[in-house]
Amino acid sequence: MEFFWAFIVGGLICVIGQIMFDVFKLTPGHTLSILVASGSVLSGFGLYDKLVDFAGAGASVPITSFGNQLVNGAMEAADKHGIIGVITGMFQVTSSGISAAIIFGMIGAIFFKPKG
Amino acid sequence: MSNNKKKNLTPTQQEYQALAGKREVKRPLFKNCIKAFLVGGTICVIGQLIATFYMYFFKFTEQNVGNPTVATLIFITMILTGIGIYDHIAQFAGAGTAVPVTGFGNAVISAAIEHRTEGFVLGVGGNMFKLAGTVILFGVFSAFIVALIKTILIQWGGL
Repeated sequence: MEFFWAFIVGGLICVIGQIMFDVFKLTPGHTLSILVASGSVLSGFGLYDKLVDFAGAGASVPITSFGNQLVNGAMEAADKHGIIGVITGMFQVTSSGISAAIIFGMIGAIFFKPKG
Repeated sequence: MSNNKKKNLTPTQQEYQALAGKREVKRPLFKNCIKAFLVGGTICVIGQLIATFYMYFFKFTEQNVGNPTVATLIFITMILTGIGIYDHIAQFAGAGTAVPVTGFGNAVISAAIEHRTEGFVLGVGGNMFKLAGTVILFGVFSAFIVALIKTILIQWGGL
């Protein structure tokens, strides 16, 4: 059942992105920025974690979860260290996405040749 | 094009804009949405498979399993981008591949591979986040604002 909801929710978030592409004629950069920002706003109201509980990877794979995890990391550290934690804790939860992108980007640049 | 910009054009140019607007191929919205839905959903199901695998064999909990899942998906993206398959999928799926984290990975990795000819420091290092940097910027900045407001409300507002 979790797989079914992952498919539906993940697909719907992608459809929102596609509508932004086609109807509002936004570039991928604008679309992704808006999605990330809306992820962190939803996280601020505590809604995104509920969506993750409900849909699993359907909510944690789309880029919106990046904003959610940034807020989660910041809030976790803010609990411990007060207002300074907002800055120190931001990447605590979401480090894997960025470090994976950097590491695999470098490996890709070493091993693959540009095409065309 | 915004109305502001249109005012600065000559009549001929305005005529051309109107003509171009009329001749522009309408994007098949419904078809594109179906494609995005199917491909995006499939990527999330693959993510769920990977997450289930990590929860089963490496004792991750449901809350922190997102981390290794995202890293694995970016690894798969690297392979597909490197051998040139990703572009074909992306062309078919539109937002279906751009919105999941694979799109972020592809933006970083394809920029890294493409600019490799300019050298590793100035080429790969300087251009790696050319496309994906905006996601990080607005993600971090919006998260900062949200977390700041929430922290102030909790600590001084007694929320």
